[in-house]
Amino acid sequence: MAAAGKIDPMHQFTVEPLIPLHIGKYDISFTNSAAWMVASLVVIAVFMWGGMKREVVPGRWQMAVEGLTGFIDDLVKVNIGPEGKKFTPFIFSLFTFILAANLLGLLPLALVPGWHAFTPTSHFSITGVLAIASFSLVLIVGFWRHGLHFFSLFLPAGTPWYMAPLIIPIEIVSFMVRPFSLALRLFVAMMAGHILMEVFGSFIVNGLSSGSVLGFGVGTISFLFIVGVGALELLICALQAYVFALLTSLYLNDAVNLH
Amino acid sequence: MDVASAKLIGAGLAAIGTGTAAIGVGFVFGQFLNSALRNPAAADGQQGRLFLGFALAELLGLMAFTVALLILFVF
Repeated sequence: MAAAGKIDPMHQFTVEPLIPLHIGKYDISFTNSAAWMVASLVVIAVFMWGGMKREVVPGRWQMAVEGLTGFIDDLVKVNIGPEGKKFTPFIFSLFTFILAANLLGLLPLALVPGWHAFTPTSHFSITGVLAIASFSLVLIVGFWRHGLHFFSLFLPAGTPWYMAPLIIPIEIVSFMVRPFSLALRLFVAMMAGHILMEVFGSFIVNGLSSGSVLGFGVGTISFLFIVGVGALELLICALQAYVFALLTSLYLNDAVNLH
Repeated sequence: MDVASAKLIGAGLAAIGTGTAAIGVGFVFGQFLNSALRNPAAADGQQGRLFLGFALAELLGLMAFTVALLILFVF
């Protein structure tokens, strides 16, 4: 890519089959996307198993695990209340999976020729499924607990009757757009960061390989910039995972407590 | 004007939206910091709302970015 000098930021998002597998006319190959999801699962599993020794005096590892579980526990308790405790495992799984997938996607594996890190969460199909899972949990819990009273979600208590024709469509639209916005936020944030890093990485390579003084200057500035962008990306990875968990718990709060 | 250059101009115009989202996100964090410095004791309890506001403001910028990408790569 560097030799051609053409910047191709979308190439890193291609899904390639690693183990081709076809059943009938369906392609269920084991792709690099699936491989990275399995990798994030392994990372989470190792992290959790290493820290679940239940020692009376916790070591560093156990403190890290307890910090993570306590963080999600607090998040759920603050946003849903005491009744939200049974949703903690769901929120925790969402948060850790998104966080692990995001962070693994930032690994500088491209140093090994022919390899490149892949972020499953930079695909709308993955984040869409996660969002649909959380949205359907909201619907199931809402209708399970409140039956048809769940529809009162669309009319906040205390709304004057003459405002109802205006409020109800707005609330319905804002409710229906939730899974879409949830998925879109995560997917675009991850994709934008990776495109940015790819573009500036290409600036460095192309600038240095041009051999001119101007090219060297552009390469140096791009390098300084990409260090900052890399740090920002780490922040965004954690922030997007947190925002996904936070919004899911807020939506669950609507379903559990109505409003 | 041919279609290819019109596409590029359109994508550039769509990317202006990300800048407006930057104003929104800056406003959210600025206002939070403003009030957090007035009452630091209450600041920690409001972090969830801070990130909620951040997420809602950021979404619109990301949508503008998506539109730019759609214009560039899909149509």
